[in-house]
Amino acid sequence: MENNIRLLINNISVVYSDVIQVLKGVSLTIKKGQIVSLLGSNGAGKTTTLKAISGLLKSENGKVTEGSIEYDGEPVQNSSPEEITRKGIIQVLEGRQEFKYLTVEENLRVGTATRWGKPFKKDLEMVYHYFPALLARKKNLAGYCSGGELQMLVMGRGLMAQPRLLLLDEPSLGLAPLLVKEIFQIIRRVNQELGTTLMLVEQNANMALQIAHYGYVMENGKIVMESDAEDLRENPDVKEFYLGTAASGALKSYKDVKSYKRRKRWL
Amino acid sequence: MEFFLQLLVNGISLGFLYALSALGFVMIFKSSSVLNFAHGELLAIGAFLFLVLSAWAKLPIVLAFALTLVGSFALGFIVERLFLRPLIGEALIEVIMLTVGLAAMFKGLLLFVFGGDIHDYPEFLPEGLSLQLGTIQVPSVYVAALIIGIVFLILFGFFFKYSSQGIYMRSVADNQPAALSLGVHVRRVFALSWAIAALVCAMSGIVLGIINGVNVHNLSGIGLKVFPVVILGGLDSIGGAILGGIIIGLLETFTGGYISTSLREIIPYIVLVFILMVRPYGLFGLVEIERV
Amino acid sequence: MRKLQFHPCGNFKESYLEELAIFATDFGRLWMLIGLVLLFGVIPIPFISSPFALYILNTIGIYAIAAIGLNLLIGYTGQISLGHGAFFGVGAYAAAILATRAGFPFWAAVPAAGLVTAAVGMIFGLPSARLKHLYLCIATLAGQFIIEYVLVQWEGITGGAEGISVVGATLFGLDLGNDRTFYYVIFVCLVVMTWIAVNLVRTRFGRAFIAIRDNDRAAEGMGIPIFPYKLLSFAISSFYAGFAGALYAYYMMSITPEPFNLWLSIIFIAMIIIGGLGSIPGSVFGAIFIVILEEVLSHATQYLMNIGATGIGITIAPLREFVFGLAIVLFIIFEPKGLAEVWRIVRSSFRLWPFSY
Repeated sequence: MENNIRLLINNISVVYSDVIQVLKGVSLTIKKGQIVSLLGSNGAGKTTTLKAISGLLKSENGKVTEGSIEYDGEPVQNSSPEEITRKGIIQVLEGRQEFKYLTVEENLRVGTATRWGKPFKKDLEMVYHYFPALLARKKNLAGYCSGGELQMLVMGRGLMAQPRLLLLDEPSLGLAPLLVKEIFQIIRRVNQELGTTLMLVEQNANMALQIAHYGYVMENGKIVMESDAEDLRENPDVKEFYLGTAASGALKSYKDVKSYKRRKRWL
Repeated sequence: MEFFLQLLVNGISLGFLYALSALGFVMIFKSSSVLNFAHGELLAIGAFLFLVLSAWAKLPIVLAFALTLVGSFALGFIVERLFLRPLIGEALIEVIMLTVGLAAMFKGLLLFVFGGDIHDYPEFLPEGLSLQLGTIQVPSVYVAALIIGIVFLILFGFFFKYSSQGIYMRSVADNQPAALSLGVHVRRVFALSWAIAALVCAMSGIVLGIINGVNVHNLSGIGLKVFPVVILGGLDSIGGAILGGIIIGLLETFTGGYISTSLREIIPYIVLVFILMVRPYGLFGLVEIERV
Repeated sequence: MRKLQFHPCGNFKESYLEELAIFATDFGRLWMLIGLVLLFGVIPIPFISSPFALYILNTIGIYAIAAIGLNLLIGYTGQISLGHGAFFGVGAYAAAILATRAGFPFWAAVPAAGLVTAAVGMIFGLPSARLKHLYLCIATLAGQFIIEYVLVQWEGITGGAEGISVVGATLFGLDLGNDRTFYYVIFVCLVVMTWIAVNLVRTRFGRAFIAIRDNDRAAEGMGIPIFPYKLLSFAISSFYAGFAGALYAYYMMSITPEPFNLWLSIIFIAMIIIGGLGSIPGSVFGAIFIVILEEVLSHATQYLMNIGATGIGITIAPLREFVFGLAIVLFIIFEPKGLAEVWRIVRSSFRLWPFSY
């Protein structure tokens, strides 16, 4: 059982600039080889949770003030991003942070920074295998790529590091539905074929729950619900607030006291 | 016509020297956005290191050259570690003033050790290097400078284009948070860019020393000449720095040749002010996108 | 009679006026009065101060005026200028030319020189309309070199490298030819200029400057016309520089373009950084620190030469520059808020003694 856990977040609080508390006691567990998705509305603290794991909080003047993050049994909270990435946790940032003035292939090569000097030819082939679209554009500047290509690029860049835990922040942001589908299929394949453990932060709850094994729902800096992905998909609250398929199908308003109450319970 | 051509050749060679000396400056600015006022002193330190090793310690030229480059590399690394690292994230004026302070320290030390006189390197350039282009004579030192400069430009081009470390350095300049998220050691990149910049400075300092003799005041003056060069080139582009250097070199020699020698020293700055008024980010610089 | 005000233990301010008051307590006023009495009543007594001490004090006073001006520009408005030394020179030359060619008396030449310099400063402030940070910094650097060039080359007016000599400064029939009388002139000017600066930063202008420094885009969004205010800041700062330069010209009696070089600009910036950015008293502390440092260093080298170690004396002369640079570097790394912060800490530990906190 112990050995099965890749990441254990135990009751962490995160405070920015010593004043603004964003996470208020978040606990979650990621098992090896699973896809765990973290859902929630804007500002719920999903990205902050990811940054707490990857150590990027530091550069934004944030800190884990309480609780612990254990990665393979080792505490990693408040370590520097350089150390954490070298242990195998890679975060793919939200909003496709490509290197505009580097070519696609050079972008991918930056992904090897955690194991500088080691051969990377095989990894390049692997990335091109999953994302064939990148192969065609490998000599182009990343700044001139389309949104879908960029999303593949940044995910491929993350895979170049041979991560043991890949944190994906909103991979579907601003993409056409068809592309979203493609990207999610690739994520599932990566998980199945490479055995990479994935944590997926998403607004598109429907897609995320289709490929995830386990899901958490966050609101206001707290985890308000957790369950197997299938159960979550069937949960009436999740259906109503995140999947947009309420039983009645009609538009909801505050007049609908019952659902308002239900939502209230989570806060 | 012949005078014109001679000026043209002089201007281009001079401009090439400026471009060479500006390279290190651009490198530091590109990776860590530090405006280095101690640039001229870094040039001088490299030049004097070579002087000590070649003329005083009488080492073979190649060995002295290699040791100078290694020494400057280490120096750049140490300077970053000791002085600039504590200031990461501080206000611009403080970082600028720190480099000004460093400049004063280095200059004082160099004057203390070597005095204000002009020193000369031993003769080591082969005679046959000087070029005869029709009626125009290009002295051998300029040819040597050109060769060294081009060799280094190509080397650096390869380093930044193909080596992993070079790509990491460019990624930091491009998008620092993303580089951090991928595990690029950003502080190491800063240190490395200072080290490489110091190395490039040493090389340019040696070339300048071969041409004009080694003198603290001259070399630190050239450090200030770098500003118009890089502003013309747009502060963050190496190609722009080369073009900017050549424009400034031509401007200087033509002003000196046709208008007045005293105006020569000042003309780059006058042009600079006008360019900044018309194109605030230099001739080839990228317009930064700002948000509140 | 109203109640005497002391330092309360905590922040009990009830109105904005209280918050903005220059003197938080009546002790502050008292100390200022004591300071003024010392400055004008005690220090100039011949028995207390030698001509040499007066010379140093006068130099400090002149530099302090210019440093206050630079602090208004850099510390309050956030526009970095590397041309303050040249503006100081413009003021010196303007005063000298007005006095020798146009026959201006002392009391008119000095403010007029300030106004001329303000105009020149505004010209070199024009790039600030479009430039920020590094680019502006380099534009002012270019301004420094251009002014230096003009001072040397425009021989018809400036006398070229020979310079101009200004003699016979008189004020209301008083001969200003000696250190002691000039001391009064300089320090009256310094007190008045400090008073103006301290009050300026409390007005809408000062608040606009600070808003521009902290975030110019946001300031613009809040309705502050940033370009006019930046120009105004350049003008005021150059006025201070020109005013100080004019006093310098009269005090030195002859001027050449040489001292007004980039190094002088750097010295001014060093003063306000060591003194404390965004602090008017800090500018004065910075001027005191730098002038005394320079004097100590030059005396140390002279002393070494006098005791027969001429060789050592000459060779260690460049070390002055080294120590200077070291002082700047150490201050930036260890006390970036400057002497003003040190002073504040010392003062509050006295005030709170024996119970710190």
